[in-house]
Amino acid sequence: MATVLEISRTSKRVVVTGIGLVTPIGIGVSESWENLLAGKSGITGVTSFDATGYPCRVAGEVKNFNPAEWVSSKVVRRNDSYALYAIVATKLAVADANINLDEIDRSRIGVIVGSGIGGMSTISEQSKIFHEKGHRYISPFMIPALIANIASGIIAIEFGLKGPNFGVLSACATGTHAMGEAFNLLELGKADAIFAGGSEAAVTPLSFAGFCSMRAMSTSYNDTPETASRPFDATRDGFVMGNGSGVLLLETLEHALARKAKIYCEIIGYSASCDAYHITSPDPTGGGLIQCYEELFAETGVNPTEVQYINAHGTSTPYNDKFETLAIKKFFGAHADKLLVSSIKGATGHLLGATGAVEAAVCAKTIETGKIVPTINYSIPDPECDLNYVPNKSTTADIQYAISQNMGFGGQNATMMFKKFSS
Amino acid sequence: MTSNNIEARVRKIIVDQLDVNEEQVTPEASFLDDLGADSLDTVELVMAFEDEFKDEIRGEISESEAEKMRTVKDVIDFINKKLASE
Repeated sequence: MATVLEISRTSKRVVVTGIGLVTPIGIGVSESWENLLAGKSGITGVTSFDATGYPCRVAGEVKNFNPAEWVSSKVVRRNDSYALYAIVATKLAVADANINLDEIDRSRIGVIVGSGIGGMSTISEQSKIFHEKGHRYISPFMIPALIANIASGIIAIEFGLKGPNFGVLSACATGTHAMGEAFNLLELGKADAIFAGGSEAAVTPLSFAGFCSMRAMSTSYNDTPETASRPFDATRDGFVMGNGSGVLLLETLEHALARKAKIYCEIIGYSASCDAYHITSPDPTGGGLIQCYEELFAETGVNPTEVQYINAHGTSTPYNDKFETLAIKKFFGAHADKLLVSSIKGATGHLLGATGAVEAAVCAKTIETGKIVPTINYSIPDPECDLNYVPNKSTTADIQYAISQNMGFGGQNATMMFKKFSS
Repeated sequence: MTSNNIEARVRKIIVDQLDVNEEQVTPEASFLDDLGADSLDTVELVMAFEDEFKDEIRGEISESEAEKMRTVKDVIDFINKKLASE
């Protein structure tokens, strides 16, 4: 405990100053945010491949995305969609942050953008060539396109950013871990600003086959795709996969103030833990997530009753939503009933490695605007999921503290705490 | 006629793969120095040439042959030589 306090006395404050989103409900933070508030769904029947015969035939695909409008055709041809979503999200974050990269020290700007899977379609396509034509016809760009750290590398090349740079990989918790590791580096003064987040383009036949084989995906709502993802609802039956990316610009407070940046909110804590229980099933006691909460509140010194909003992982799988609810109730006790808890996955689907970053962006916008996005497709209450999930309609509340939480296969959990900024 | 046809096909592959204008693809243009290619691009280019001209060269382009293909003319000459040796 003494060590924790010592670090917090000497560490730098970290703020969110830019948001870039590429999601199934919009390109750019405004479009995505307005559609979330309006309760719109971005889930449709799968259009990028013929899903006939798959148990799940719905997905959250990014609409009207033309990477050639953003980067050279050479960059488009060399890279997997997951990396292209990330580059575009970063360009949007740069514009949103109104940051002039020519006026800052680029050796002090890092990039930590992860992916849950990496270049899934590249793996599939090249694997087909490998089996049909042989090893000599494998593209020299296959390896750089599929590795899950390449998004960070390409973003750095695109913008000339020479600070700390790597990928973070924790399946569906990737975005939160990436932001958390960026937060830690900034606190320690190892960089002035970091573009952090996640990206995913896993809506491919091979990943559908894999996730369907696990019985993890929704299969009962193929005829009404927009209702398929229904977090915390009693009739939920699995997650719906989504594509996209979220990249946020995190800056030390002094760097943000020096360039008179718009500040969405402050990040005051990050914690990570592992269930050490099962490769894919969450710990039925909620233990891993509860451990994250304990560390998060010890580190920040915030009282749990001060938190008003939790952006839940809320995947719409029977297990996740049940045990996530249990963990919230166990840790927050009586205060759990006063919490607003919403999941955006009803609208976006599950963006796997990108989801934590998109949800961090939602927390930042929630604190900025005082508007809470709803959990859509909520119709039948589940006795085991009995919190206030902000069902179907947005609400308003002045939020001082918000938490984003995500859990990945491997039992890997991460939480982050956001605070309304005041100097 | 045949050689013009080969030149046109070579140039088209280069334009497509390297994202350059047709005017830049002069016979003397070097892939690395003039056309913005990196070492990975040149590997992919040779694969594309091998695929496009499989009927003309009837076989693989060896690594040592590939290493000698530095300019547009090198490639055209290589394919013509293969044709002549039939």
